[in-house]
This record gives sequence, structure tokens and C-alpha cells, in this order.
Amino acid sequence: MGLINQIAKLGRGAIDLVVGLGSAGMMLWGAIAHRPRVRKGTPLLIKQLYVIGVQSMVIILVSGLFIGMVLALQGYNILVGFGTEESLGPMVALSLLRELGPVITALLFAGRAGSALTAELGLMKSTEQLSSLEMMAIDPLRQIIAPRFWAGVISLPLLALMFTAIGIYGGHIVGVEWKGIDSGAFWSILQSSVEWRQDIVNCIIKSALFAVVVTWIALYRGYNVVPNPEGISRATTQTVVQSSLAVLALDFLLTAMMFGS
Amino acid sequence: MTQNHNSLVEIQNMAFSRGSHVIYEDISLSIPKGKVTAIMGPSGIGKTTLLKLIGGQLTPSKGKVLFDGIDVHQCSRNQLFVLRKRMSMLFQSGALFTDMNVFDNVAFALREHSGLPEAIIRRIVLMKLEAVGLRGAAPLMPTELSGGMQRRAALARAIALEPEIILYDEPFAGQDPISMGVLVKLIRELSDALNLTSVVVSHDVQEVLGIADYVYVLADKRIIAHGTPEELRLADNPQLTQFIGGKPDGPVPFHYPAPDYKKELLSGLD
Repeated sequence: MGLINQIAKLGRGAIDLVVGLGSAGMMLWGAIAHRPRVRKGTPLLIKQLYVIGVQSMVIILVSGLFIGMVLALQGYNILVGFGTEESLGPMVALSLLRELGPVITALLFAGRAGSALTAELGLMKSTEQLSSLEMMAIDPLRQIIAPRFWAGVISLPLLALMFTAIGIYGGHIVGVEWKGIDSGAFWSILQSSVEWRQDIVNCIIKSALFAVVVTWIALYRGYNVVPNPEGISRATTQTVVQSSLAVLALDFLLTAMMFGS
Repeated sequence: MTQNHNSLVEIQNMAFSRGSHVIYEDISLSIPKGKVTAIMGPSGIGKTTLLKLIGGQLTPSKGKVLFDGIDVHQCSRNQLFVLRKRMSMLFQSGALFTDMNVFDNVAFALREHSGLPEAIIRRIVLMKLEAVGLRGAAPLMPTELSGGMQRRAALARAIALEPEIILYDEPFAGQDPISMGVLVKLIRELSDALNLTSVVVSHDVQEVLGIADYVYVLADKRIIAHGTPEELRLADNPQLTQFIGGKPDGPVPFHYPAPDYKKELLSGLD
């Protein structure tokens, strides 16, 4: 009996997973698969860009600066042993563009904006605001979910680029201002090593895909929350845990596809 | 059962369950046009569920809900939205949008659906707010209002598009006597002035019997009584008498079903 119960539990888990993926897909489809409403949709999008994107800038910029500085300091200590400290610029820039920029920005975004989206939607559901939209013949998927989704997808790649840019500046502060690497060498080797398609475009593709995953999970968890304090707390935690794990797993896949061969 | 021409909403042999928990077994009722119909019953009996079934937010497992002759649950999403423009619902919590002030809350549905210029919307909103006595509160945020005022603001929002029917979900719950009196007066006056059909779901017996034209009483997954308030007051159904008289024990037991009290107390001694 024990074994049968275990198999049944596994089966239930698999069914729940497929049902969850299906309903998350239906939610996203309902939100984005329609003609855009420019006059009514634009103010909603701008407001969400401010809440999701602009208000996440401080944490992203401060983290980027410190991570760039730490990266440069650790890198310098290793490179100086080989007498190749001039390569610090490309080391910092490529680490940030290829991996740390998109990944850490997505993780910070999941904690800062993803959890806020889930909690906001959860409270809207528990105070019947979503039901009341439905009863006013206004589709909550278009009114609430769509602007938040697009705001996340637009904001995260821009935040990742800002994170990377300020990270490189942090590397410059440590490498050039503090450790005395030649400024011309730092920038010129950096410029000649970074490729537009291989590094910058891949950085944008990665962070755009992370944005879809994180925002989608956050919105789905909030929209399907059990509307009580425990349910909202669980949904917020699930958003951060699941989107962080999804970002890290997806990063491996994308890195293997982009840089594997 | 055929559609009664005097009724706006007809519920025909409807059953509804949540998982294995049966909420309604077989319910039929009709809501006449232009009248205040009350649906009463003990807490947890599924009165709010009934409103959600009428509004098409939930689907019955059996039977039909007709709104003006149209089967609500056979409608596509777009048809349902067209139907909902003719309905309005006052939620128990008010459900005001917390990121907008009172004025914008009331103007919201008008801006979405009416296509009217802003100057006319402004006048309509001020008229609706005046009707509920909150014109002066237009610039306030919902969190700055008391519970009673929130419900009045939500009522102004509910009548903004001049619906044919308003579904009131527990409008008196948690209100002080003054707010309660104001809401009772507003529901009756709005119904008479705008010739609105009103459905009031509540367990506040005296208030409901004071304003309703017709009352249905729900218990045990079905309708146990219906009639005008006078007929219900005179009825000798023991379950109804217990509910209307507010007696703690009777056909609806005080105790949740449990094993024998003495046996359970003594069972853990050895």
C-alpha cells in the first residue's frame, strides 16, 4: 500500500504541475493575446514601468556598483600574479555582460518587484477588487495583468544593462583609481574584447527571457492566491523561490546554447 | 419552469458544489423587476455564492440561471461582459480600488464603458456621490473613509452606469446603527427612484424585513421559506421561527456535529 500511495502522490504532483502550467499559460494568453489599447493601456503601462522599473533602480545600481568593485578587486589579485592586470577591464565587463548582469538583476528583481507584484495582486484578490472588475465587465487580465507583465519585460533588460554599466564603472574605480592600472589600457582592451552580438545582444536576450519568467511566475502566483494572510505569505515566498530557481536553471540552458560550442 | 415575464432573474433547479461539499441541492427562485428581493440565511450557507452564480463568476453543476431570459452560463466571455454592463454588485468589503480616490473609483466604469467626455463624467460622478451623501469626500482615498462611508462610495460606483439590477452582498455587516440606517434608506430609495431591481443578501433579519418586498430564506442547501416579510413573520415553520427570532438552539443546532460528549471526555483517561 505504501508504494501505491507513493506512486499516487507522484502522479498527483505531476497532474498538479501540468494543470498549473496550463492555467498559467491561459492566464498569460488571456492577458497579452489581444489588440493593444493605446489610449487606455499607455497610462497603465507607464504607471507600472515606474513602480516595477524605476523604483527597482536604487537596489540594482547600488548592487551593481559593489559587485563590480568586488569582482575587480578579486580579479586584480589573481591577474597581478601573472602580470596581466591590464586584462581586468575585459574580465569585469565580460563576467557582468555574460552572466552576473542578467542573473543577479533577475534575482534582485524577483525579490524586489516580483514579491511586490504577488502581494499586491493577492491583496487585490482578497479585497475582492479583481471580482469587482469582472462584475464591471472589465477583464482583470487586460486591466491588471497585461500592463504589469509588459512593464516587467521592458524594465528588466534595461535594469540589467544599467547594472552592467555601473558594475564596469565599479571595476574602473578599483582597478584604475585604486590599484593604478592604466586607464587607457583598461578601456581599450575592454572595448576590443566585448563583441556586440556575442556579449551585448546575448545579455539583452537573457535578461528579456528572465523577465518573462520572473514576471509570469509573480503574476500567476498573485492571481491564483488563496485569499487569506497565510495564502498571500505562501504565494510571495513561492514567487521568490520559484523564480530564482527558474532563472538559475534557465541561465544554464541559455549559457550552454550561447557559449557552449 | 418557464420564464416569468415580470422577473429579471430566474434560477431554475440549480445545484452547486465546491469539490465534494454540496452548497445547493435544488434551488429555484425568481427575482421580480423593480423590487427589493432579500435572500436570508445563516452564515456560511452560500449566500454570496448565489450572487456570484447570478453574475456568472461561478458555474452551477446543474440547472440554469436566466437573466432577462438569457442563460448566463451559456454566454461566451464577451456576451457575459455585455450582460454584466446591465448588472452591478456591491461587495461586502466595498472592493474600492485602493490606488484611486473616491471620485476616480466612481468614474472608473464610466470612463471604461460610456465613452462620454470627461466634463459629463464629472457631473455624473458628482450626482452619484451626492445621492449617497459623499460629494464632499470625492478627493479622499478609500483608506481615509470609515467602513460605512466606503460602502456608500462603493454604492455610488455601483449605480454609476445605471444598471438594471444591483446585487448587494451583506450590505449591513459590521456597520454601526447610524451607517446601517443610512444604507437601509439608500437601498430602498435608490430602488424606488431608479426603478432598480435589488437583490439583498443578508442575515440582518430586522433590517432586511424592513426594506424587502419579497424574501427567500435559505438553509440546509435549499430554500426553506419564501414570501413577503409579513407572511414570513406569521409563518409557523420552526426553522424559520428560530432564524427570525434569533434563538441560539432549535432545528439549526447550537453544536457542530460531534461524537458523544461524555465518551469523548473520558476517552483519554487511561
